[in-house]
Amino acid sequence: MSHDRAVAVDPAQHRGKAFGRLTGVGGALAVAGVGASVALAGGTPQFYFSWLVAYLFFLSIALGGLFFVLVLAVSRAGWGVSLRRVVENVMATLPVFAVLFVPIWLGRHELYAWARPEEVAKSALLRGKAPFLNEDFWFVRAILYFVAWSALATFFSTQSQKQDETGDERISARMRGIAPVGIILFALSTTFCSIDWMMSLEPEWYSTMYGVYFFSGAVIAIFSFVILLVQFAYTQGALRGVVTTEHLHDVGKLLFGFTIFWAYIAFSQYFLIWYGNIPEETVYYMKRQVGSWQSVGMLLAYGHFLLPFFFLMPRAAKRSSALLVIAAVWQLFMHFLDLHWAIMPVLHPESARPGFVDLAAFSAVGGVFLAAIGWVSSRRALVPLGDPRLPEALSFENV
Amino acid sequence: MRFVPQLFPEGEHFGLLAEYDSPGALVRACEHVRDAGYRKWDAHSPFPIHGIETAMGLGRSRLPYVALIFGLGGALGGMALQIWANAIAYPMVISGKPMFNWQPYVPITFECGVLLASLATVFGMFAFNKLPMLFHPLFGVEHFAKATDDGFFISVEAWDPKFDARATGELLSSTGARRVHLVRRREDAAP
Repeated sequence: MSHDRAVAVDPAQHRGKAFGRLTGVGGALAVAGVGASVALAGGTPQFYFSWLVAYLFFLSIALGGLFFVLVLAVSRAGWGVSLRRVVENVMATLPVFAVLFVPIWLGRHELYAWARPEEVAKSALLRGKAPFLNEDFWFVRAILYFVAWSALATFFSTQSQKQDETGDERISARMRGIAPVGIILFALSTTFCSIDWMMSLEPEWYSTMYGVYFFSGAVIAIFSFVILLVQFAYTQGALRGVVTTEHLHDVGKLLFGFTIFWAYIAFSQYFLIWYGNIPEETVYYMKRQVGSWQSVGMLLAYGHFLLPFFFLMPRAAKRSSALLVIAAVWQLFMHFLDLHWAIMPVLHPESARPGFVDLAAFSAVGGVFLAAIGWVSSRRALVPLGDPRLPEALSFENV
Repeated sequence: MRFVPQLFPEGEHFGLLAEYDSPGALVRACEHVRDAGYRKWDAHSPFPIHGIETAMGLGRSRLPYVALIFGLGGALGGMALQIWANAIAYPMVISGKPMFNWQPYVPITFECGVLLASLATVFGMFAFNKLPMLFHPLFGVEHFAKATDDGFFISVEAWDPKFDARATGELLSSTGARRVHLVRRREDAAP
């Protein structure tokens, strides 16, 4: 019987140093990526758009991490304690995204039509939206998001680390008390950041599903990314016996569930616009049925939902490391394609034009992201050793 | 005339009933009975016991497959019904949309899939558990009522190929049973 099993975690085996290699690899990727993207397209719209896609991709993983930590705290989940630190380390990179935001700020005139006075002068709609969509307010909002994300990430990260030493149960209670406030802040900031940075690329169009659409992708991304990070930790000799098949099975279930959630949200947005059939709403999908964008959209419907839905359905797929890694890599790729499909038709209305600049920007942002995870992780244990519910998590079993 | 389908083979005895003191003793006893190779037996406890499925050697439930088949069937049926009704039997132009368009069919297709999958799960669970069962020979044993309060029991059925009233009784006694009881088949013959 599992709960009779004596459990002991050897802290020496689960040092964050296991992720130290990420710092070097990430740093190299970042330098190469920044160099290549600036050399290939520095200052051109292509550079800013590619950067925006890469930025939102990795930001959505980090935001998903914040969401995961908040939900584990607010639901008082016992099972997730053993993998919570890995998620916290992803979440703790959120302040870095304020720095990575600089190119987007620099490229605001190339990216956003509402930031170009000549476009605003032409359009009555843009003039009407100017009280919200103007450079100053847009910038203030971005600062507010970064303040909220950094504050939440720092709070949960440092409290959890403090518990490593003290084992104080009141820290869990404090995190649980702040988490509901955090969830409200998270919901508002995630919704509005997706409106500000993605939806306002087509400022005359709007969708009330947009925020939750971005959120559903972010949650898919974090569950996929956690699966990959845990597997990486295994190869470095850490987390074995602490994060077990049972925990990964549950992350797999969540990935499966949110894959359905993404499809539900994506279809709901499409369906209502299709049914209403009003030109100012349908323009979004009309644009995305031009040239190869049509095929990208179909690939998303089948590849981001239908295929992983049946792939992740059997219990065996969620309990096999290899199959789960395949699903995670695939869903991350599809999530990237989803963002690419949402953003790039603004720059390339004629057809999909993926290129080296996209790859370089991906490597630049991703490199910084990985390096930050490596740096944060190497300064603390890879398991929340002081959490009073760690033994419960270690003996967790799916029924 | 028989109104309730016959669930158990004919015979004088239903089998043996052994009572244990604790959930731990029950789980250990289950491991012995499982290892002795019995197939037609069951454990009874007032609450679910973690890990008893492995101790009893139970395999995975077949219920998910039932749910999957009915879920897919429901989805296909829901889709087919809408195609037949809207595009074939009563074609009608609604807000200028084509006769056959998959978009509005998706919600109902989804709902029919969910409906049949969930109904199949509930009634499939009933079927696999042979419910509703209005009478069970164990009800004739007076102290078996403790199974809903503080009693932990193993019952081995007489039609198990390995069943032998004496040898099985000795096995159950050796696993620490407080008492072992031979249960008669008929309710009117309750002890």
